Amino acid sequence: MTIVKDYSHLFFFQARGCDAGSSRVCHTTVTSRPQSRFDWSKALKKASQKHWGLIVAIALVATSCTSRRSEPGDESSTGAAPSKTSSTLTIKGSDTMVILAQNWAQAFMKANPGRVVQVSGGGSGTGVAALINGTADLANASRPMKDKEKKQLRERRGAEAKEFRVALDALAVYVSAENPIDSLTIPQLKKIFRGQTTNWKDVGGADRAIILYSRENNSGTYAYFKEHVLNNEDFAATAQTLPGTAAVINAVSKDKAGIGYGGIGYSEGVRTVKVATADGKPVEPNMANATSGKYPLSRFLNVYSVGEPSGVAKDYLDFILSSDGQKVVEGVGYYPLPTEATAASSD
Amino acid sequence: MLEGPDGAQAVEAERRVTFGPRRSRSKLTSSFRTPLWHRLAEKTIAVLALTAIAAIALIFVFIAREAIPMFWESDFAQEVELPDLFFAKQWHGYDEPVYVWQPVGEPPKYNVIPLFVGSLKVTLLAMLLSVPLGIGCALFTAMYAPRRFREIVKPIIELLAGIPSVVLGFFALMVIASWAQATFGFHFRLNAVVAAIGLALTIVPVIFTISEDALQAVPRTLTEAALALGARKYQVALRVVLPAAIPGIAAGIVLGFGRAIGETMIVLMASGNAAIMELFDFTTSVRTITATIAAELGEVAQGDPHWRVLFLLGVMLFVVTFVLNLLGDLIIQRLHQRLTASS
Repeated sequence: MTIVKDYSHLFFFQARGCDAGSSRVCHTTVTSRPQSRFDWSKALKKASQKHWGLIVAIALVATSCTSRRSEPGDESSTGAAPSKTSSTLTIKGSDTMVILAQNWAQAFMKANPGRVVQVSGGGSGTGVAALINGTADLANASRPMKDKEKKQLRERRGAEAKEFRVALDALAVYVSAENPIDSLTIPQLKKIFRGQTTNWKDVGGADRAIILYSRENNSGTYAYFKEHVLNNEDFAATAQTLPGTAAVINAVSKDKAGIGYGGIGYSEGVRTVKVATADGKPVEPNMANATSGKYPLSRFLNVYSVGEPSGVAKDYLDFILSSDGQKVVEGVGYYPLPTEATAASSD
Repeated sequence: MLEGPDGAQAVEAERRVTFGPRRSRSKLTSSFRTPLWHRLAEKTIAVLALTAIAAIALIFVFIAREAIPMFWESDFAQEVELPDLFFAKQWHGYDEPVYVWQPVGEPPKYNVIPLFVGSLKVTLLAMLLSVPLGIGCALFTAMYAPRRFREIVKPIIELLAGIPSVVLGFFALMVIASWAQATFGFHFRLNAVVAAIGLALTIVPVIFTISEDALQAVPRTLTEAALALGARKYQVALRVVLPAAIPGIAAGIVLGFGRAIGETMIVLMASGNAAIMELFDFTTSVRTITATIAAELGEVAQGDPHWRVLFLLGVMLFVVTFVLNLLGDLIIQRLHQRLTASS
């Protein structure tokens, strides 16, 4: 009984301490005194009951403000798209291409002082979404644009998407450097990434469970792999999704049982596997095989613009398709366009 | 016995002065008029307090506004059937009804259940790790540690709360994951356990600080009385001080829980992000709601069905956190009433 009495007594002093204005006491009171904690919430509750109408009114006004702004926002962002500030170019998209695009941007800015090119990654889907939403001038994409996205672009921006093939990539399948597997066929890869083959010994490796590393679903590489290897079926739920090819490489290099995929430009610290079609011979991912089309997973890397590009965007695209620009491609580890492809896309 | 009610009355009076100026003015300050700037200050504080509530209401309205059109939009209906968001379905190419989150594909599959399971698994595990640790630390610093030691240790642990979560995430990804796999032989290098350890690093300081304050605030008279009655130090700590501080500690746990379920960066980096529907195995990779929103929201076009589902996830996360916080508050209130009821 005495104990309880003293306990409430303390509250009294604590509250007084707070009143006296000593901030330190006040602090402990607020965080540790449940008593004052409840007073606060009660006071808030009381106030909120009384001013409920006010809160709702503020909320409504603010919402109507945002909604009023967001409706014409689509058009205004179209108008305000960085083309207005004629010297800055914003490029978003594929993580596979982000290093390549940064190198292009650097070389371009060196050759054209005063012009600024901003490059960011996030994934092909992110880039295309940015193009649609009007927050980027150009989108890097390691996959072709989907019909749905083209339709959205037409509706939002009032112009067709224009595709430029800018480089060639061999989508490589990576395993750990310690993994003895030499080659895999496309059907084997499909079974592995569908989660139907779960042990390396089933495809000629050691007796070890397979760990799948995949990309986030906004990745163009993810979409390409899903389409060309999995025939648009789903990845196994156990596939870990990592943000960016570099993360996949990092994970595979640390995991003896791991398998991942990504652009050829990144393959350091891991081993690339030869890939064979269902009945073909295993083909190594290299420039000759990618250019000739022998490697089954070779693909074009693309840049998309809204309508015909103009200003800095046009100069930038001309630059990356020029021989200087294509030299940068080789420096980063991807393959320059075969000559006829350049001719086909720059018409 | 005589002092008790007096004390309570005094507290009540103080409360009125501090928190309920309107009511108390007539009773306590009837002899003079409150100066104008006092009243202005009171009004300002009231408005500021209400702003917080308005902000929360606004955020909720905004998120819900993006999600709700899913119930009537034809675009959405073409792509997604509402029950598929919550129930298992046997999709083409699967042998049995499954819960899958595969938002890119033909057709897209938006089942939110694996994400919920993922979020709850990571949070629960992180709480299991950090609650005993946080409270244990707090008990030690409050009851046993010498004063000097406490003054050094407490700020250091609080500093842990200030480390950016992306740094902790990176640490979990590179260091904890390798260590855990080498030690426990996990099948998946990145899994719920690794993410939970990373999360625990952020929650422990929250629980520790609040619990320690609560333990410190238990009146010395209680401890002294118990010691005088012949109790040992650990008895005082566990049977007298800890129960008296329970409401404060519970508040710390509730805050820690909110932090854990809302944490994004650490789980995005360290959990492996595979949406596996697995209730009891904590060594598999998980994909949480927050990580999903963070990873996918940048990609989708506004108004797309995928966009709506992501906002639905946001709404659900909001509701879950809100309900759990409310429950926590109610429990604390109960505990507190029980503690002070006999006065």
